Amino acid sequence: MSQTTLIIAGEGRKNRPSLVSRRRNDSLAARLFFVFSVIPVALAILILVMLVYKSWPLLSTHSIWQLLTGQVWKPEEGLFGFWPFIAGTFWVTLAALILAVPPCLLTSIYLSEYAGHSLRMLMKPLLDLLAAIPSVVYGVWGTLAIVPLIQNHLIPFIHKHFGSIPLISSKNPTGFGILAGGIVLAIMIMPFIIAVLYEILDNVPKGLKEASLAVGTTKLQTVRWAILPRVLPGLVAGIVLGASRALGETMAVLMVVGNVVQVPHALLDAAYPLPALIANNYGEMMSIPLYDSALMTAALILLIIILLFNIGSALVLRRVLGRKWV
Amino acid sequence: MKKRWARRHIVEAIFKVLMLVSFAVVAGSLTLILWTIVSKGLPAMSWAMLTQTPTGGYYLGKTGGILNAILGSLYMAGGGTLLAFIFGLPIALYLETYLGNLAWSRYVRLALDVLWGIPSIVYGAFGFLFMLAIGMRASLLGGIIALTLLELPIMTRAMDEVIRMMPQDLTQAALALGSTRLEVALRVVTRQMLPGLVTAVLLALGRGIGDAASVLFTAGYTDRLPTSLLRPAASLPLAVYFQLSMPYPEVQKRAYAAALILTLIVLAVSLGSRWLAGRLNKHVIR
Repeated sequence: MSQTTLIIAGEGRKNRPSLVSRRRNDSLAARLFFVFSVIPVALAILILVMLVYKSWPLLSTHSIWQLLTGQVWKPEEGLFGFWPFIAGTFWVTLAALILAVPPCLLTSIYLSEYAGHSLRMLMKPLLDLLAAIPSVVYGVWGTLAIVPLIQNHLIPFIHKHFGSIPLISSKNPTGFGILAGGIVLAIMIMPFIIAVLYEILDNVPKGLKEASLAVGTTKLQTVRWAILPRVLPGLVAGIVLGASRALGETMAVLMVVGNVVQVPHALLDAAYPLPALIANNYGEMMSIPLYDSALMTAALILLIIILLFNIGSALVLRRVLGRKWV
Repeated sequence: MKKRWARRHIVEAIFKVLMLVSFAVVAGSLTLILWTIVSKGLPAMSWAMLTQTPTGGYYLGKTGGILNAILGSLYMAGGGTLLAFIFGLPIALYLETYLGNLAWSRYVRLALDVLWGIPSIVYGAFGFLFMLAIGMRASLLGGIIALTLLELPIMTRAMDEVIRMMPQDLTQAALALGSTRLEVALRVVTRQMLPGLVTAVLLALGRGIGDAASVLFTAGYTDRLPTSLLRPAASLPLAVYFQLSMPYPEVQKRAYAAALILTLIVLAVSLGSRWLAGRLNKHVIR
């Protein structure tokens, strides 16, 4: 403390800067920092403008409705239907959410209401590590562990015992598909969702819990009747935020999802999400007219979906937490 | 009455088991991933992987290594992190120390949040468009720029969250002693919050090293060592991806080894930031 104070006061230094120069530095820095702070705002706007500008050749020659709902993707013939990719994106994201939300919810409730101090302290680095693993490594893991599991065990099992269930079974004989993508994505977004849900649950006033416990409820009843109704919007927002992560994930999904241009109808179908479309085709797009514009349109559609998800959940979270979390 | 008492406790017990199971799923998936990567990657590891560049028939299974990708990744993520730091720290300091609760700080934070949510593939596409516009080709510099864009919101927002935890009395004490806002920002806030700031930088670095989608078009790929900012550069995530898509088992095994190297680097960064944050506490006033 004493050392810091001395330096601030400027003592112990040979050439004490004059007050004028310190003031000048302060206001110079204020201007410079202001210019820096314009960068993120300008960048956000620039990205949006650039994507709209580049997708304009396609958007101005085709009807937007046809682009969004068209099912045929033949760039050589000038047919650009984005529906297979949009549907694929939502299928994979939905599968990931269905798999990820129950364990995330239970884990975060456990951490905030039941777990002791040491377990909570253990969970933080665990989630950090899980979040730190690069997506391409998740992709490798998916192809090594998940895809063979689905291909060799799950698909024969379903064919043998359940025949054909709508929405699940498929003619796709490989394990590469929506389910594999969903499982990998679910694990990727888990640390993220748990962190948000845990913060929300931890933010509930202690008095509320204690009042509920004092009238003789079990902990679970307290969670169900006293805590959940209060934090429900926040929980939904946290999950939506997780979904927006899943929507934009590229490499891991690309490696396990099969990449077949079709509108998926079942969990075991292959799909071709929007990010995979962009990543796979960027190299060879130059020779076909409007192809680059179509890929930028794909990026634009993806960005708009994600922005809607993000802004919606941010508004709710801001109200629930009193500040914004991410 | 008695029956009701019993039932709610049974429900409680069931849920408790379910919660423990989910906890085990989360913890188990981490172990499972690490185990898969280590057990597949370790047999394919060799000294040559770390110290050589690919030779002529490397992608057919001949000798060589991925030093080009390791160095490329370190250069790109290092450069991206450095640039993001140069812009990010002033922004984060400015938001809290200078602006406080002014409207502009809300807009900047909103913009940072929006940028944080933008997927890396969009940064890659945007970076590529930007490079086309100024007549640049896929290069190390392009990769660094793309990673800077990707890392800037992550680092700045993480730093911002840290700086907001700054004890108000400390700031006010410094101001009361006559320091300017700049001096408060540089000499008090950065010292007090050093552990958190370091964590933020390393968080961004970890993201940068592991990201493939943003460098896919901006940095390209090459078998040579990165020597010039204007030449294409290889990166570890892409090395994993490209080798895995080769039909030869020999090459695929090397993809596992590359994935192991990448995982180890990222885990080292993550664990290192924890350790470093613990060590840097000496300037913190409690």
